[in-house]
Amino acid sequence: MSYRGIAKQFLESQNISIGDMISLKKDNVEYQGMLLDRAEDADQLHIVLKMDSGYNVGIAIEGAEVELLEKGEKPEINLPPLVIQQDPKKKNVSIVSTGGTVASIIDYKTGAVHPAFTADDLLRATPELLDEANISGKAIMNILSENMKPEFWMQAARAVADEISQGADGVVVAHGTDTMHYSAAALSFILETPVPIVFTGAQRSSDRPSSDAFLNLMSSVAMAKSDIAEVTVCMHSTENDNQAHIHRGTRVRKMHTSRRDTFNSINSPPLAQVNEGKVKIIDKNFTYHKRGECQLEVNDSLEEKVGFIKSYPGIAAELLEYHIDKGYNGIVIEGTGLGHCPDHLIPSLQRATDEDLPVIMTSQCLYGRTNLNVYSTGRKLLTAGVIQVGDMLPEVAYVKLVWVLGQTSHREEIKKAMQTNLKGEMDVKSSSKYFLRDYGE
Amino acid sequence: MDKNIDYEKLGLMMGLEIHQQLNTTKKLFCPCECELTDKKPDYRVLRYLRPTQSELGKIDRAAFEESRRELTFLYDAYPYHTCLVETDDEPPHPLNQEALEIGLIIATLLDMKVVDEFHTMRKQVIDGSNTGGFQRTGLLAIQGHMETPHGKVTIENLCLEEDAARRMGQRKGKVEFRLDRLGIPLLEITTDPSMKRPEQVKEVAYQIGQVLRSTRVKRGLGTIRQDLNISIREGARVEVKGVQDLDSMEQLVKNEVSRQLKLLEIKDELYIRNAGVEDHIYDLGEDLKNTESKIIVKAIKNGGKVLAIKLKGYRGLIGKEVQPGRRFGTELAGYAKKMGVAGIFHTDELPAYGITSREVDTINQSLGIEADDAFIMVADEKDKAINALEEVQRRAKIATEGVPEETRKALDDANTEYLRPLPTASRMYVETDIPTQVVSKELLEHVQANLPELPRVKETRIINEYNLSEDLAHQLVRQDRAEQFEKIVAECGVEPTTVASLLAYTLKELRREGLDVENLPDMYLLGTFQLLKQGKISKDAVTNVLVGVLKEKWAPEEAALNLNLLMLSDEDVHNIITKLVSSHEGMITQRNMGAMGPLMGMAMKELKGKADGKLVNKLLKEEIQKYLK
Repeated sequence: MSYRGIAKQFLESQNISIGDMISLKKDNVEYQGMLLDRAEDADQLHIVLKMDSGYNVGIAIEGAEVELLEKGEKPEINLPPLVIQQDPKKKNVSIVSTGGTVASIIDYKTGAVHPAFTADDLLRATPELLDEANISGKAIMNILSENMKPEFWMQAARAVADEISQGADGVVVAHGTDTMHYSAAALSFILETPVPIVFTGAQRSSDRPSSDAFLNLMSSVAMAKSDIAEVTVCMHSTENDNQAHIHRGTRVRKMHTSRRDTFNSINSPPLAQVNEGKVKIIDKNFTYHKRGECQLEVNDSLEEKVGFIKSYPGIAAELLEYHIDKGYNGIVIEGTGLGHCPDHLIPSLQRATDEDLPVIMTSQCLYGRTNLNVYSTGRKLLTAGVIQVGDMLPEVAYVKLVWVLGQTSHREEIKKAMQTNLKGEMDVKSSSKYFLRDYGE
Repeated sequence: MDKNIDYEKLGLMMGLEIHQQLNTTKKLFCPCECELTDKKPDYRVLRYLRPTQSELGKIDRAAFEESRRELTFLYDAYPYHTCLVETDDEPPHPLNQEALEIGLIIATLLDMKVVDEFHTMRKQVIDGSNTGGFQRTGLLAIQGHMETPHGKVTIENLCLEEDAARRMGQRKGKVEFRLDRLGIPLLEITTDPSMKRPEQVKEVAYQIGQVLRSTRVKRGLGTIRQDLNISIREGARVEVKGVQDLDSMEQLVKNEVSRQLKLLEIKDELYIRNAGVEDHIYDLGEDLKNTESKIIVKAIKNGGKVLAIKLKGYRGLIGKEVQPGRRFGTELAGYAKKMGVAGIFHTDELPAYGITSREVDTINQSLGIEADDAFIMVADEKDKAINALEEVQRRAKIATEGVPEETRKALDDANTEYLRPLPTASRMYVETDIPTQVVSKELLEHVQANLPELPRVKETRIINEYNLSEDLAHQLVRQDRAEQFEKIVAECGVEPTTVASLLAYTLKELRREGLDVENLPDMYLLGTFQLLKQGKISKDAVTNVLVGVLKEKWAPEEAALNLNLLMLSDEDVHNIITKLVSSHEGMITQRNMGAMGPLMGMAMKELKGKADGKLVNKLLKEEIQKYLK
């Protein structure tokens, strides 16, 4: 239990543990209820009871008399395993979970929310998935997406590759939304895939009846059955619960802290929309990799020591110097405007180039492309060896550099790879359509 | 019938649940204002809600489908009136401290024990009225008491919670809500079920209302909602939602008791008849293919079906009245309607609705209906019709066991109609987005040191301070006019009883006569009493001046002038009386001072409201005496 200090002593002295029915008397009032655990960061002065009415209350233990009414069993959820018949007519879709809860089960007795990680849990919470495909699931890790790191991208890529080599016709990756676009970009570069790989998640946790997880999951499974054999992100396209967008994994970014339609394609339209389980390509001229066009391939060697620095008006050169001194092997700069940073950084950038550290320039405008030829600062940056990457998103450029440095350490090859479109992450042409929410639908 | 019922013997038990909106500047969990709007929504959000899997966690797909009923929810939203919190697109902001404080005031006034630490919970509600699929609510205080003329009532719980979205309508499986009301702070006050007499609930509701109104709560229609729990020993617990009018509570309880008694009679009769419900659903398409019933023709034309079920032994009982004007058939129809059909046809009302007696015979024949049997028919889309008839079957089966536990809706005529099954144990879990909050000693002490004056305290005080009668003081407080009374007395110095009786009694009478007393500006009341104080109108004229103000929208002085109610000067009065006396010389000669009576009558007829009676009396006496000399 998470009780600490006085509260812990108080409970232990009475031999009371979580789940017990107890009575607390003080100041002429008696509270009866089940002892619940308390948040780890809460104070030590109160204990939490769930009353018969279902309400939780915190009661200060100071001056309280406690009495054990009935020893409770520690509530545990033991669900029998599901027996699911495989339907040979249906496609096989694997759901790989990395954490973040796209499904939950609530224990109303205690009010505890149990994230549904196993395939069985997932199917119990979302039985409709079985209408769409033969679902198999695997929880490969359980981490909050803000705690992701390149090492986990590697693990995820291998797990997804395993599912594909074991016959999955498509893979859905359940992922926390914070860094979903980094992971999607990473798997885009790491994997050559003959089947769709679809990232999805939820902006409203799955223990709520209003969770967006259901539409996202259903749409992702539909997408996983489609012939778009790319790494994509599938999430709500509006605040409404009736349509999802499919974004290319190298073009997508989380753009709102809390809305359901937080993910936007940037400098590109979304690949497709999913309406009631039907996947529809949005822009017919858009080319994409089709199912079965290539063999599964995993290129998962990565260089983790890459810096990612945002330029800002007060930035000091020492930030760059620090990265060089600490042995970073590459730096991505999120520059201003067309791809600039203050010119007092140039000597440090020159030093990086001299020491064979590639420096990649992107723009914090997100929309549009870099162009270092327009202003003198840009031209000086080019002279100092900075590599500009056009309309590639800063986060994608970071992920790509992590991957490219894992593939080669040859200076010219790095530059070439960074400036070549490998997975749809960049385009030479900009369209008026691709700004903010105007996808021209 | 009412008079003969011994409610105690029936084991009548009632509890109250009162929901009161608080008058805070912001909502409970976001910075939106607590105001409703009738403006056209700027955009709409479409949502679905899914019940969250519980610990039982089985794949019960049928139950799942049923609970979903495929409802689509459309929410009216505004860029400024509402925000992303109401659309469930942003986590809630921290708990509104103003609302918490008002809750603590009420808790203290109701003698309740405040919890040490407030936990916000999520109570699952998937009818669409909350965009999150749950209502945020927390238990703030427990175990309060209230003395009533019928005994002590325990106030079990005081909860601080958010109001639901406003339901605007439903069209073809799409339910429309407006988000303006969602999130307005509410207090939920629950009593124990210890009330035993129908007239008692009104008193308790009234007293709680008085406590609520002593502090910052919203006033007006829809800002307070009462729910009633009613049960009798042989019957079942029924929760009646949305009782608007305190005055109808007693009748509502009586009607509900009568309904339960009638349902018990039906149960007994069904038992005697060995009645039962067949599970089969019959298709009457063939039997009614040539019907001229418009409802049925239309349903079939729209691709629907005419389906029926057979209730063995129910004939005659479906038409039995269970509440004034409502039959057992209405109860069955209530269940059917929940599945989206417009209504049902049943044996006890047919032939009717264009269905001929020959068609009824045909149906009877094809269903194998015997003397005591009944059938129920629905014409609608196939799935809907099946769902509706299955619900009717379920309800009809319960009739053989007695009264079902239900949530019912209060109707304007003090009847109730079926709303949904009674919720089982509340499905609650913690709202993890809101930190728990310790209710500090300092805050509680601050609240206790600044309590508003309670109605009964106020009553005693104004009795002593203004020398009012008990009834007058009671009426002023009850009608929420004490504050107004004190203001008028302080500002225009009219004799307090005069002011009090006008506010407490006269205004009530004027309202009964249909005048809009509620919206009478304080300014005009004050102005009227100032006329009295200045001697411009008489005490008798006050009411008529107000009638003029209310009816014609005149200002008080204007009303007095237009209605010819301004007081005459002493000189004018004198002239009128002199004239009166001289024109009745004969009478005076004949009767001497005996003419005083009739002449006084005539004088007052002319001068009523324009002169003080005492003055008239004095002048008249002098004039007669002068004449007799």
